[in-house]
Amino acid sequence: MSGIPHDHYEPKTNGEKWLNSRLPIVGLLYDTLMIPTPKNLNWWWIWGIVLAFCLALQIVTGIILVMHYTPHVDLAFASIEHIMRNVNGGYFIRYLHMNGASLFFVAVYIHIFRGLFYGSYKAPREITWIVGMLIYLMMMGTAFMGYVLPWGQMSFWGATVITGLFGAIPFVGDAIQTWLLGGPAVDNATLNRFFSLHYLLPFIIAALVVVHIWAFHTTGNNNPTGVEVRRGSKDEAKKDTLPFWPYFVIKDLFALAVILVVFWAVVGFMPNYLGHPDNYIEANPLVTPAHIVPEWYFLPFYAILRAFTGEVWVVQFASFITGGIVDAKFFGVLAMFGAILAMALAPWLDTSSVRSGKYRPMLKWWFYLLIIDFFALMWLGAMPAEEPYATFSLIASAYWFAYFFVILPILGVIEKPLAQPETIEEDFNAHYGKADADATPAE
Amino acid sequence: MSEFSERQAPSEPETRRDFLYFVTGGAAIVATGAAVWPLVNSMNPSADISAQAVVDIDLEGVGPGTRITVKWKGKPIFIDHRTKERIALAIAEDDAPMIDPQPDAERVQRPEWLVVIGVCTHLGCIPLGQGGSEPTGDWDGWFCPCHGSHYDTSGRIRKGPAPRNLDLPPYEFVTDTRVKIG
Repeated sequence: MSGIPHDHYEPKTNGEKWLNSRLPIVGLLYDTLMIPTPKNLNWWWIWGIVLAFCLALQIVTGIILVMHYTPHVDLAFASIEHIMRNVNGGYFIRYLHMNGASLFFVAVYIHIFRGLFYGSYKAPREITWIVGMLIYLMMMGTAFMGYVLPWGQMSFWGATVITGLFGAIPFVGDAIQTWLLGGPAVDNATLNRFFSLHYLLPFIIAALVVVHIWAFHTTGNNNPTGVEVRRGSKDEAKKDTLPFWPYFVIKDLFALAVILVVFWAVVGFMPNYLGHPDNYIEANPLVTPAHIVPEWYFLPFYAILRAFTGEVWVVQFASFITGGIVDAKFFGVLAMFGAILAMALAPWLDTSSVRSGKYRPMLKWWFYLLIIDFFALMWLGAMPAEEPYATFSLIASAYWFAYFFVILPILGVIEKPLAQPETIEEDFNAHYGKADADATPAE
Repeated sequence: MSEFSERQAPSEPETRRDFLYFVTGGAAIVATGAAVWPLVNSMNPSADISAQAVVDIDLEGVGPGTRITVKWKGKPIFIDHRTKERIALAIAEDDAPMIDPQPDAERVQRPEWLVVIGVCTHLGCIPLGQGGSEPTGDWDGWFCPCHGSHYDTSGRIRKGPAPRNLDLPPYEFVTDTRVKIG
């Protein structure tokens, strides 16, 4: 499967040969687990395993929760309280599921920004990147619909605001919104279909994860230097890589254990820290909470959605040249989805021939600013829609777009990159010394 | 395999087989569409939801200066028994700069009764202003707390991200104190 030359599975016993000639599943698993992995991977490369763990955790706890939950507007809220008070250990399973979503997004954001810094999105890994973005979109959809299920005030009004985004589409928006909701407003039909889709999407995500892994097993992993593994021969490749099992599995599991210590502490001692008290009030279609705030992981994009009001000249200009079809509301929606699309287009917007940010002295600073910008947007998304936050949101949103559509294309032309190591082995030896490298057990 | 691809050499002119491919492909597309449409359509509002489309409201006892909320098609309807001051304010502002200009006279059937859908035209929150202690915004109408839209005493958007005035439901006065919405 991998493009890097390595030893393949050879069935030895008669039993293995019998199975392999009928279904080569052992070979598939062997090649997947034994993939030659660049030996210089740093700690930013552990989040893939954390993400796989999160998906499994969410599916397992979710299936258990469904056994006790009732998707009906009159019963949903009560069934959540039933889980919290009556079901054996139900409160803990629900807190795991609630906070599991947060861990999932922590991991996916670090994973994405790692890719952005080390140029993991660049050729030949564009498909891995695009599939990853699709997974991220599906995660957002799943998390959003899952948040509606407890049928609290934030569930209801979050659903109203977010489905309202589709109502902003010119001409067909109202019809689409009504179709999505199954009625003129968020109601039982909406709750039922969100429940159905919330159960379905994780399995589609799981399928996309297989495609994601398949894609980067074909191109090989990126690594902190961005220099490709040598693939002239097996011996050459071995100098740059170690097999995923056991070296990286053990490393990743250690990291996972450390992360889970923190995660369990949150679940055990502050399970509602990331939630909103309003969601413990049952949904009321006639009363809007004073301050509707999405979950923290949506805040950066929510800030971008709100930043573009009718007073902004870009919005007025867009409205003018489209004859009013693109109004402030639709512009905000376009900006929000555009902010995610911008990330997905990174492979084609980045013109630099150098992959890793380590050797890009200018990109480094713009990238750090992007991280600060991301947190600023997250903070602004939680603030009320008034000054000075509105102006800050506009500046922060503008930088997000500028990074992808202006800075990435221009830097590739004007930046003078630093010298990169010839090989991964050279980079590895520079860090750990040549003697140690030679002493590395060859399996 | 190879025999098959030899027979499909590109130089060969169109054959009856090509025609069959097109017909089969076309039939598959039509059949898929025919199968998917009922599934998609099943997600549209069901018959019982569509049936809740008309409500009758008794306005007896709703004195001047009082605002009531009734539910119609799952959405709140704001009915404001406007005082003379509020009517005067709405008419006086007709020529003021607005996001969605509309004279007050076009928004009411009877000046003392303003009937609007109480859903912010931005992203669908319920504006505040119905309850006595709630904020009514800078124009003494309604204020949407979600993203800060201000509506005036005619339900017109005056400030904030909302693109349109509060929508008007279809309604008629059956008698002086009964209104039928829908």
